[in-house]
Amino acid sequence: MKKVEEIVLDEEAPEVASMHPQKFAMWLFIVTVIMLFAGFTSAYIVRKAEGNWLDYELPMSFWVTTLIIVISSATMQWAYISAKKDNLLNLKISISLTSLLGFLFLVGQWAAWSELVSSQVYFAGNFSNPAGSFLYVFTGLHAMHLIGGIVFLSIMLFFALKEQIHSQNLVKMEMCTTYWHFLGGLWLYLYGFLLYNHWVL
Amino acid sequence: MAIETHTNVSHDVHGHAHHDGHHHHKETFITKYIFSEDHKMIAKQFLISGLIWAFIGGAMSIIFRLQLGFPDMNLSFLRPILGGWILETGKLDPEFYLALVTMHGTIMVFFVLTAGLSGTFSNFLIPLQIGARDMASGFMNMLSYWFFFVASLIMFFSIFLETGPASGGWVVYPPLSALPQAMPGSGLGMTMWLVSMALFIVSSLLGGINYITTVINMRTRGMSFSRLPLTIWAFFLTAIIGLLSFPVLFAAALLLIFDRSFGTSFYLSEIYIDGQALPNMGGSPILYQHLFWFLGHPEVYIVLLPALGITSEIIATNARKPIFGYRAMVMSMVAIGILSFIVWAHHMFVTGMNPFLGSIFMFLTLIIAVPSAVKAFNYITTLWRGNIIFTPAMLFSIGLVSVFISGGVTGIVLGNNALDIQLHDTYFVVAHFHIVMGSASFFGFMAGVYHWFPKMFGRMMDPNLGYLHFWLTFIGIYMVFFPMHYIGIAGFPRRYYSFTSFDAFKIFSDLNMFISAAAIITFAAQSIFAFNFIYSIFKGKKAPENPWLSNTLEWTTPRLPGHGNWEGDIPTVHRWAYDYSKPNADKDGFDDFIPQYVPLSKTPHSNLPHEQELAKFEQEEEQSNVNAQH
Ligand code: HEM
Ligand SMILES: [Cu+2]
Repeated sequence: MKKVEEIVLDEEAPEVASMHPQKFAMWLFIVTVIMLFAGFTSAYIVRKAEGNWLDYELPMSFWVTTLIIVISSATMQWAYISAKKDNLLNLKISISLTSLLGFLFLVGQWAAWSELVSSQVYFAGNFSNPAGSFLYVFTGLHAMHLIGGIVFLSIMLFFALKEQIHSQNLVKMEMCTTYWHFLGGLWLYLYGFLLYNHWVL
Repeated sequence: MAIETHTNVSHDVHGHAHHDGHHHHKETFITKYIFSEDHKMIAKQFLISGLIWAFIGGAMSIIFRLQLGFPDMNLSFLRPILGGWILETGKLDPEFYLALVTMHGTIMVFFVLTAGLSGTFSNFLIPLQIGARDMASGFMNMLSYWFFFVASLIMFFSIFLETGPASGGWVVYPPLSALPQAMPGSGLGMTMWLVSMALFIVSSLLGGINYITTVINMRTRGMSFSRLPLTIWAFFLTAIIGLLSFPVLFAAALLLIFDRSFGTSFYLSEIYIDGQALPNMGGSPILYQHLFWFLGHPEVYIVLLPALGITSEIIATNARKPIFGYRAMVMSMVAIGILSFIVWAHHMFVTGMNPFLGSIFMFLTLIIAVPSAVKAFNYITTLWRGNIIFTPAMLFSIGLVSVFISGGVTGIVLGNNALDIQLHDTYFVVAHFHIVMGSASFFGFMAGVYHWFPKMFGRMMDPNLGYLHFWLTFIGIYMVFFPMHYIGIAGFPRRYYSFTSFDAFKIFSDLNMFISAAAIITFAAQSIFAFNFIYSIFKGKKAPENPWLSNTLEWTTPRLPGHGNWEGDIPTVHRWAYDYSKPNADKDGFDDFIPQYVPLSKTPHSNLPHEQELAKFEQEEEQSNVNAQH
């Protein structure tokens, strides 16, 4: 029977290992989310091409929420850099700020939904049209993923309070940062897609 | 369960090089057999669940075959199982016929040939063949099984609903599936189908993420991509295809759920039920078909590729020859993987699509025949003049090659959009996909079980029962599915309860009877396998460490590998997996196979010129390693 040291020695030098498995798995998860939204947006295009498509104005709140989510990406990056530099105070502040901005983003999206409803664009029901329903699906699912991101951030905040995130232990922080930036990018894509489709109409 | 597995937990080893601290754990019955994080146990869980599902799905097909082959038969004897689904007259309830067809398809495609096949062999073989102690994340792996299990439970219970399970076909097209009032099966049964499939997708994604991460990050030293056994290539590509296509099915299902339960109209427009106009406006049922088949077509390759990978491995081993065209095999799998994403509309030629678009999809579809043919040729050339050893696994693998070819040919017929207009939704399609997907993947599944059974359970299956099982199955499936081509060409639509009420279709009553009889025999033959499998787990002959004299790493583990797979160091890999019958190997002291862990420097006589170079390089490196350590 081998001793642990020997086995570890054997495993430490594999020529082939490339990336941290958890980080890698995170990227693969992001790929699945990309495919999910690729599915939805292509469904949108296919469906729109068939006609019978409701024309309506996009809520103005989206500009505000877009701004918020872009700023939150910046604070997220700040958090990451703070962790890297072992600046724990800044780390806690910036993580909290990012979560707060995430929350504000959700509030903004909610406001956008209310705006839609008041201009009679519904998710479902007798007066709904897929043109409107799709918008609710895009924003709703994005929001679900963002809530997941806020949970992730809260876990990070918890670790930060216990001083368990620092330059020597960055993997989870890196994953959180990647995911948050991805959510921001995803929103920019979705909003860009919607703007494009509303202007071209 | 008293499966005999000894474990070596005495050394604290975990699957990956990066772990944050050691934790000792004792194994209890629960952590070992139920909530196990060990890839081998999870593989066996998938295997057993998959086989149980296979028998359930098979039994369903026998019931509806009875209806098709013997429409006047009195089925009262089934009442103890089916209860009210057998009518007063002793006939099968037509609604339940549709439910059976739907459940049969769903179970076979997703639960048996996706979860059962990939789940079993990707889990079992990836760590063992790439030289890893376990999967990248044992926990995610465990979750993957338990999501599958819950999905299974929900699907299973939906069978017993009073309104019956989902009945709109395994593709669950709306509007039929979207409107609970459209048919009994579109009620709660359909809801449960959707919930079950959503969980199933989560399970597949968790599994797939794990397989890809493990293959990329956890190969042992020397296991470069060009030395990976073809099994691993197949599982790896399958997982990638799944990762890209399952989310799209999820999207399709989600929109369907919204239509069903929240009143949206993604797929619904201008529908009348019982003379009542529904309020839904502006939806498109074709949209669902696009989304579904964007998964659906890749899905057929998700089902097939693992079987092809297993076959490559078994054929090379038992022909005692290197696999012919290793690179071509890999490249054709990659090509199939890519092409599988751009052919989906060949399932939709009759949806009124623009004929020009149809031609483009026809063209892309027919291109798939090229890499498929490359694979078929490579199998045959590997067999050509080999020292073939006909183990049951080998027979099933050769059987796979046979059905893959016969089913591929009819695919080319269907791929022509002009021909498909006549053949779509007839028994010709049923024949096509049962031969090329159903039978081929099932044969790959069986081949894998016979071949790796010794590694899974430490015992051998009985080969004679295996031969009997093979021949009955092989002849059986051809007798079942071959005649269906004629029935299909004659225009018999699929998913019809009965043909006897149409004069035009009466002519084939005999043939239908023949098919049903053959199906019953084939299904009965599977009990030979069931007996052999269960008996051998407990009472089979003890397996040697390398029963098939194979090159791959799993055969370097103990008879019953414990947690961590290798007791000592993980072997280092020095060559590809197919050095069978290498010329001059005897001068190096080897028989007709040189396992992957044998350094090139140990085989100076049999090395090819470029390997001789590598051997020198290897030796220098070893030297410098030794120096560095002193
Ligand atoms: C040469 C390669 C192939 C070609 C050109 C081809 C072509 C086609 C076409 C055009 C259809 C649609 C028929 C219709 O519904 O009218 C079809 C159906 C089908 N094919 Fe293939 N196929 C090929 C290989 C395969 C393989 C390798 C598999 C699975 C492993 C497969 C599985 C299926 C299934 C499951 C269906 C029927 C789905 C359904 O309607 O329920 N095919 N094939
Ligand atoms: Cu297809």
